Amino acid sequence: MSEILIYSDNDGTALELVSAGKEFAEELGATVSAALLGDGAAGKADDYFSYGADKLYVSEHPALGDFYVGTFAAALQQIVESGDVEFLLIGSTKRGKELAGRVAQKLNAGAITDANAMRVRDGNLEADRYSYGGNTMASQVVTTPKKVISVMPKTFELGPSEAKQGEVVNVDLDLEDPPVKVVERRDKAGDEVNLEEAEVLICVGRGVQSQEDLAMIEELAGLLGAEIGCTKTPASDWEWFSEERMVGLSGKKCKPSLYISVGISGQIQHTVGIVDSKIIVTINKDENAPMFNFTDYGIVGDYADVVPELNQKLKSL
Amino acid sequence: MDVIVCMKQIPDLQQIRIKDREPILDNVPLVWGDLDKNAIEEASKIKEAVEDVKVTVVALGSDKIEQGILEPLAMGADEAVLLTDPAFAGSDSMGTAKVLAKAIEKTGSYDLVILGEGSTDNYSGVVASALAELLNLPMISYVRELEVQDGKVKAVRNMEESFEVMEADLPALVTVAQEINEPRLPKFMAIRKAGAKPRHEWGPDDLGLAADEVGQNALSVETLSNLAPEQDRKNIILKGNLAEQIDALVDALTKEGVLGR
Ligand SMILES: Cc1cc2nc3c(=O)[nH]c(=O)nc-3n(C[C@H](O)[C@H](O)[C@H](O)COP(=O)(O)OP(=O)(O)OC[C@H]3O[C@@H](n4cnc5c(N)ncnc54)[C@H](O)[C@@H]3O)c2cc1C
Ligand SMILES: Nc1ncnc2c1ncn2[C@@H]1O[C@H](COP(=O)(O)O)[C@@H](O)[C@H]1O
Repeated sequence: MSEILIYSDNDGTALELVSAGKEFAEELGATVSAALLGDGAAGKADDYFSYGADKLYVSEHPALGDFYVGTFAAALQQIVESGDVEFLLIGSTKRGKELAGRVAQKLNAGAITDANAMRVRDGNLEADRYSYGGNTMASQVVTTPKKVISVMPKTFELGPSEAKQGEVVNVDLDLEDPPVKVVERRDKAGDEVNLEEAEVLICVGRGVQSQEDLAMIEELAGLLGAEIGCTKTPASDWEWFSEERMVGLSGKKCKPSLYISVGISGQIQHTVGIVDSKIIVTINKDENAPMFNFTDYGIVGDYADVVPELNQKLKSL
Repeated sequence: MDVIVCMKQIPDLQQIRIKDREPILDNVPLVWGDLDKNAIEEASKIKEAVEDVKVTVVALGSDKIEQGILEPLAMGADEAVLLTDPAFAGSDSMGTAKVLAKAIEKTGSYDLVILGEGSTDNYSGVVASALAELLNLPMISYVRELEVQDGKVKAVRNMEESFEVMEADLPALVTVAQEINEPRLPKFMAIRKAGAKPRHEWGPDDLGLAADEVGQNALSVETLSNLAPEQDRKNIILKGNLAEQIDALVDALTKEGVLGR
């Protein structure tokens, strides 16, 4: 019987994949297993079993202390090749995404990364991912005997859990010390925000030139009960916001009832994160900005005039 | 020190039109990937900072690269390897990595290989990882600060919960994030001079690959469909003076039932 093997450096994501994997396994006549790697791996077994894993491969090998992509790829290769694993599903976190291509190459397999939907098709797993920067959605299958797919976090919901036991395999891995060392880790300021769940979302773009102007945006957010998100530059370059607030292809995918863009041109890598909004409002001083193509209600104007006026009006209601 | 930069030409995404959900690529000009420009910029900066650096651009794609390659050459590359043989057409990520690996080996020497963290069209990140495996190189992805010194790389990479400072001995492979630098716009004179820089065009034979090992003949991923999602927006631009526009907006949003929690 073939096996679906799950791994993620984020346990929450791994458990989502275990839940989904269980359903795919039923359709495919396969079993679901998971790899638990690194410090404290063994202690996680109960959780993984309770969401439906049939079998767990566990290793706390010293070389798996800090995540290094090559070492984790070698570990997964050895686990895959020790059994009947046909599908390796990896959580598409940043570490998971870099891992997918590396382990696929070791397995002579094809890889699909950043899948955001998946289904069984003709005995294979078909995955959807964005293509042309988000202009289109490609449905793809891996055609090699072993198949690697990295799946975006939150693609699947966590299924029900019930106390359950299964087989634990303590794997004896042959691993070398990583050639890349983590010499320092600077934690980012925690920003607990869940933009995916926001009912109203205002996104700030590069058109908002000064950080002081965020005050008027925050006022608007307060009036609307909105969360504030942004495009890439305000997060990655200006560091006005944590990357938790970046919306788009490499950020969050949101589906609010109301989305308002402020000083955003509407490049596809951003709009892909908001196309599922119910109503889209755009404030941009350039009437030719592509954002207006994605817009229900647009105002052509300088946000520095429009936003205060809108705040005034909302306060008067 | 030999620095290799891998760059991909892609259709200008802003110019892709959608018709009946199909992307129309005819007449869409090709441009270099955004992050690939960050990659060549970073290589040029290393060249300016460290003595005796040679930068080679390696690009797999259509014959349009012959024209386009002037740009990275003008941005600071010394040489270019063009992999434009029709046999390579239609390569998927694993296939691309295989050809790039052979080409990089054929250049004879590589201390640092730089790629984008993702290509602008696919953003799959698979090519770099597969390439690092094929060349058996230590890899550091998502790099936003890079330092090359005394046979080592030190890099700060941008992860979800932290910035990780990582170190490896050369040779190594890194992928860069957009915030690492601001790619320069090459000057007219530099573009003119770029025409004289050496270029190599290698096909499967030169790389010791058989035609059935590359391109369409070596796919490991099959694309079943590739369509644009349905878009249906009202596209109403509000008219009048600002006060009138705001009134109309608030009115419309109230009617849509999206104002007021
Ligand atoms: C692989 C890859 C992944 C990416 N992922 C993401 C992602 O996840 N999310 C993301 O957002 N981007 C992403 N990007 C970047 C993306 O391509 C664009 O660069 C970015 O979305 C543009 O941001 P922007 O609209 O804020 O800025 P710009 O494109 O510079 O647009 C600014 C807009 O502001 C308007 N403006 C200027 N002044 C004013 C004013 N006073 N009042 C009103 N309007 C004004 C201008 O008319 C303009 O339209 C990615 C890029 C790549 C290559
Ligand atoms: N055809 C190609 N030629 C040269 N380099 C490429 C090619 N395709 C991808 N790359 C490199 O690999 C990186 C990641 O691409 P991808 O795996 O498609 O996201 C790009 O940023 C480039 O540096």
